[in-house]
Amino acid sequence: MVNTLPGTGPRAVVPPGDDPDSPRGRLAEQRGTPGLTGTLAKIILLGAVDALAVFALFVLFMQESWLVFAIAALVTLIVNYIYLKPGALPAKYLAPGVFFLVIFQIFVVLYSGYIAFTNYGDGHNSTKEDAVSAIISTSQFRVPDSPTFQLTVLERLGEYSFLVTDPDGDVSVGGAERPLEDASNAQTDSTGKAVGLEGYTTLAFADLLANQSEIGALSVPLSDDPNSGALRTPDGSRAYLYASTLQYDEADDSFTNSETGELYRDLGDGAFAASDGAELVPGWKINVGFDNFARAFGEEDIRGPLLGVTLWTFAFAILSVASTFVLGLFLAIVFNDARMKGRKFYRIAIILPYAFPPFLSALVWLGLFNQDFGYINQVLLGGADVPWLTDPWLAKASVLIVNLWLGFPYMFLICTGALQSIPEELTEAATVDGARPWAVFRLIKFPLLLVSVAPLLISSFAFNFNNFNIVYMLTGGGPRNIEAGVDAGATDLLITLVYKVAFGSGTGRDYGLASAFAILIFIIVGLIAAYGFKRTRALEDLN
Amino acid sequence: MTTTIAPRVDPPVPGATNAPRPAAARRRRGFGRWFGATGWRHAVGLTMVVFAAFPLLYVLSASLNPTGTLVGSNALFRSIDFSNYVELFNRPQQPYAAWFLNTMVIGTVSAIGTVFLGALAAYAFSRMRFSGRRIGLLSLLLVQMFPQLLGVVAIFLLLSAISDVFPAIGLGTQAGLILVYLGGALGVNTYLMYGFFNTIPMSIDEAAKIDGASHAQIFFGIILRLVSPILAVVGLLSFVGSTSEFVIASVVLSDPSTQTLAVGLYQFVSQETSTNWTLFAAGAVLAAIPVMALFLYLQKYIVSGLTAGAVK
Repeated sequence: MVNTLPGTGPRAVVPPGDDPDSPRGRLAEQRGTPGLTGTLAKIILLGAVDALAVFALFVLFMQESWLVFAIAALVTLIVNYIYLKPGALPAKYLAPGVFFLVIFQIFVVLYSGYIAFTNYGDGHNSTKEDAVSAIISTSQFRVPDSPTFQLTVLERLGEYSFLVTDPDGDVSVGGAERPLEDASNAQTDSTGKAVGLEGYTTLAFADLLANQSEIGALSVPLSDDPNSGALRTPDGSRAYLYASTLQYDEADDSFTNSETGELYRDLGDGAFAASDGAELVPGWKINVGFDNFARAFGEEDIRGPLLGVTLWTFAFAILSVASTFVLGLFLAIVFNDARMKGRKFYRIAIILPYAFPPFLSALVWLGLFNQDFGYINQVLLGGADVPWLTDPWLAKASVLIVNLWLGFPYMFLICTGALQSIPEELTEAATVDGARPWAVFRLIKFPLLLVSVAPLLISSFAFNFNNFNIVYMLTGGGPRNIEAGVDAGATDLLITLVYKVAFGSGTGRDYGLASAFAILIFIIVGLIAAYGFKRTRALEDLN
Repeated sequence: MTTTIAPRVDPPVPGATNAPRPAAARRRRGFGRWFGATGWRHAVGLTMVVFAAFPLLYVLSASLNPTGTLVGSNALFRSIDFSNYVELFNRPQQPYAAWFLNTMVIGTVSAIGTVFLGALAAYAFSRMRFSGRRIGLLSLLLVQMFPQLLGVVAIFLLLSAISDVFPAIGLGTQAGLILVYLGGALGVNTYLMYGFFNTIPMSIDEAAKIDGASHAQIFFGIILRLVSPILAVVGLLSFVGSTSEFVIASVVLSDPSTQTLAVGLYQFVSQETSTNWTLFAAGAVLAAIPVMALFLYLQKYIVSGLTAGAVK
């Protein structure tokens, strides 16, 4: 409820547990009646939101995604309720931000948690039905001596269809998901080849060329039975019958290779597998329980690198915070002297690295550190051949140096602020009592400063714990540990490891394992944050 | 760190004192005294200026170097030539102009959105008392510990699911990327703003209310103006944050013409560091200019904004 007593600070007067229905609260809300502009703006905005919501609901309804439909409908109702109900002011102000926060931050975290328990990734990214049809269509080959169909490619609503004339002159039409059906009403040319059909656009040669790959990938089933084969075209003017070497038996839920007779069964691992362990690709997504965690902590070639990466992540975060803080504090002290001239100039020059976009900084240092041509080796070290970014330990040092360069201005700024907010009287009093400068600093100023910057140091730690840009852009996590079962290197942080496992080019995408690593980061950061905030006074300010 | 913070103190530390001395000694030891008092501070300052500014001067020099290669860039400011800047805009494979524009649009829109959402929430937390307020603030404090990029896999999959319903905000679209960035709008920003909102006296709200202003009029007409310094800071920090963001942008945007500078320039330079170097340098200089100009222009606010949040 709005605090209505005049002349008070925001924290005073009404205690947090104030009864929302108190007479005073009500009075306050009724007094301010919104003007016409406000009401109009509200109606228009809410109307726009509702229109979008109705459209989304419609699409979801058509796609029969019932769970998402229900959630979207519920959210729409809540939003309308909040903005149409008189009062409930805090909700009106909080709803927009919370909406995005819930979807793109909180839901995303929970969803990561779910993915960590699946085998989601390359080769396992869809349902079993999709996997079955994908296996059938990828194992197709042209049936020997099969008839040639005259083909015209049609287009309707962005989808392609095959209009085919078989050797007997019968015309039929079909598409990717639509088996061939009779189309005897098609227009034909003088040779009897069907060239157009009502309701469809015939593709001209230029369109064929422009969409070659899409048309080449199109496979039109001959009938409802997927094992009966499909029509495909290599050139856009003739189609041939293709059949799969793998025959799917729906009742038995298995594939049989028609050439070798090998039987592939669903053994519960999210793929069809033969008795010798060979799997058909693609598989499909299943829940695998704690398998990803078991892999992360159980398999020797993942556990070792993971432990190394975790330790280095801690070392990197701690050393980064420590080095930037020490340098920043030192500079804050050095420049915190009113007698010194040109302090403004130094200050601006020193915060330049902070103003330079961080991703560019890492890339600039990438050039400076280059082993063969970089400025540091070539000019500063007179043609030395120091492997700054390719030796495991030097790469670690380089990353820390660059992060020091990036981070010390921030620490300088907050330490300056903190130092200046310490009352001068304290120093004077201590001096009068005979304390020396070092003692004044160590026993009075430093503790006071630490109290006020501790929350920022914790935030800084959490930030550096996940400082993706600097590591990924400078070293890419490398030099790579070639014995590792995952793409982990000497400077990899946990977060870069997550990225490389999930989206890396070399080893294939493994969303499940990457999410398991991400959950590990969540737990570590959460524990540190909880501990850190308990120890500092950050929370006491909240009331 | 053994320094003399309190200059008025202490004869015992040699040289760092203001205590009266015999006139002759003062003249003779003029330089020593100056050095002891502030001179060494200048020495430290100059060293740090070199450390801080050198990489920036280096990249500026490289961008003006026509040789094109990394090794040729080691001769600082040997020649001044703008051909790299021209070349930058004539590469169809690396559409720098598009990257630049994309970055500015994404950065600006998400900065404005972030400021708006954050200010709404901070207003509620600062001016209203409601059940769940303390929990809400605490949750925000906790949420900011978990950056969005941790959920990059889930974001990728979420956006590809959204593509089926709303292709306009799905995978591969900048609108989708902006929405993702807005998910991080609360969190640290609200907290920063909340502290600043609390410094605006409540009596201003009360006076306006007595004059018949509605809560929306108070917020948009009065409060937002009074807190404009913190809005500038949050806007700038969010602009810098979203223009520098690499992970999510690289996953969401795949078509080169839709990418941002962070993604584009990274691929540009990571593939062939030494041959593309001066072009990259020119691109980096152009990309950095708007951010640095804003930063230095708002410097005063940023310093007070950073310290207002935690350092009281």
